[in-house]
Amino acid sequence: MAAPNNRRPGYSRRAQYGNFFGYILAVAGLAVGVIMLVVSTGKPGAFSGVRMAATDGAAPAAKAAAGARTGSQSTWQIVTGYFTSGVRVARLEREVAEARVRLAEQAALAEENARLKAMLALAQGDQRPVVVTRMIGSTSSSTRRFATIGAGTNQGIRVGMAVRSPLGLIGRVVETGSTSARLLLVTDTESSVPVRRASDGLQGYANGLGDGTVQIRLSTTGINPLKRGDAIVTSGSGGIYRSGEAIAVVTALTPDGAIARPLSDPGQTEFVAVEPAFEEIPEIVPAPAPKPGGKH
Amino acid sequence: MPPPLPSALRQFGKPRINRAASPVLALATPWLLVMLGSLSPSWPVIASAPVLPPFGFLLLVGWQQLRPGLFPVWAGFPLGLFDDLFSGQPFGSAVVLWSAAMIALDFIDHRFPWRGFALNWLVASAFITAYLLFALQIANLGGGNTSPLVLLPQLAVAVLVYPVAARLVALADRFRLIPIRKV
Repeated sequence: MAAPNNRRPGYSRRAQYGNFFGYILAVAGLAVGVIMLVVSTGKPGAFSGVRMAATDGAAPAAKAAAGARTGSQSTWQIVTGYFTSGVRVARLEREVAEARVRLAEQAALAEENARLKAMLALAQGDQRPVVVTRMIGSTSSSTRRFATIGAGTNQGIRVGMAVRSPLGLIGRVVETGSTSARLLLVTDTESSVPVRRASDGLQGYANGLGDGTVQIRLSTTGINPLKRGDAIVTSGSGGIYRSGEAIAVVTALTPDGAIARPLSDPGQTEFVAVEPAFEEIPEIVPAPAPKPGGKH
Repeated sequence: MPPPLPSALRQFGKPRINRAASPVLALATPWLLVMLGSLSPSWPVIASAPVLPPFGFLLLVGWQQLRPGLFPVWAGFPLGLFDDLFSGQPFGSAVVLWSAAMIALDFIDHRFPWRGFALNWLVASAFITAYLLFALQIANLGGGNTSPLVLLPQLAVAVLVYPVAARLVALADRFRLIPIRKV
């Protein structure tokens, strides 16, 4: 359809001025946007107040929808399952056989672990989560990977707390509203989690790639010792994440590390547990030391 | 041609003599629809990669192409501000990109007044591509470090979903002009 010719509205002065100021306003809006962008990229928390107020406002509707989400996703999985069942059954049978062996090994390890811990007189330190809540949304069209959960400062959530699902680490809290909070998922490119290989404690970092996977970068150099299928757990260094939480499994090797897929797909997770920060950040910060190994 | 309304809705505005469209409905519907699209991060989809198209932007382009001049040229500012509240991009990203898109779309409207849907789709695809790329650059300025290759699936989805968004806009356009007010 042809545009109504708004640019030349005839002899009406009012219409002409209205038109003119419309364009002025549009350019002014663009300029204000640029200023906002400069402020917010310089100081990422600059607009978090308004943003979290808005998320709090939208949270009730999102919570209602979140209940339907897991239901609808399982339906889709049933449909796709028909096409892949044969291959899957074969794979699962093989995995069960392997898992039985592993289970026996694990039982032995657990026993040994308990014995060693008793020897060292370590406390079990089983932390209770601050709150268990629903995932209610994620920034599904932006390249930044944030998710929203349905609990906020009213439920005792503070910035920096780690969030996990039954399958493993999901991310940490970066902004809090009164009834909702925003998480930085481990797959975001700004997220960097100190990790180790579960089997031998090989140290490294898991940096998000923004496409649903994480890049494992090792602290050591030389021959890449990682193999496909290696389980990666958090190492606990840095004090944000508790040590020994499962995070990802290696799926492909790169020259200096590996690509790993997080175990807990946020899309499959309905409930998550928010855990208190592993170590309290001391009130008086000692003399600034150079931070080892990248940003967090 | 806009698609016909479902029969229930067609009955809804049936007595047409001495009825006119409600100005509230006619003016508010486009804004509300775009804002609803901006709310897509609260939709029940939780993704670990960017997969959903930017619905707010698609609907904005759709309105601007179906009814040029319905939104004022400065509409990119308030609508972008709303989108920024939920999108997870650095604040101000949508304000800038949507304002720029509105100005550019206005220019194209006057340069090519008669367009078919194919040309509209082509223009919209170019705008969506530019929008996603610039949004990625802005997100990377704000602390991310994402490769542009991550965008490819999302870009394909967004370009293919655009005609659906345009149909939705056409449906909403029929809805907003239902004559329900007694003159």
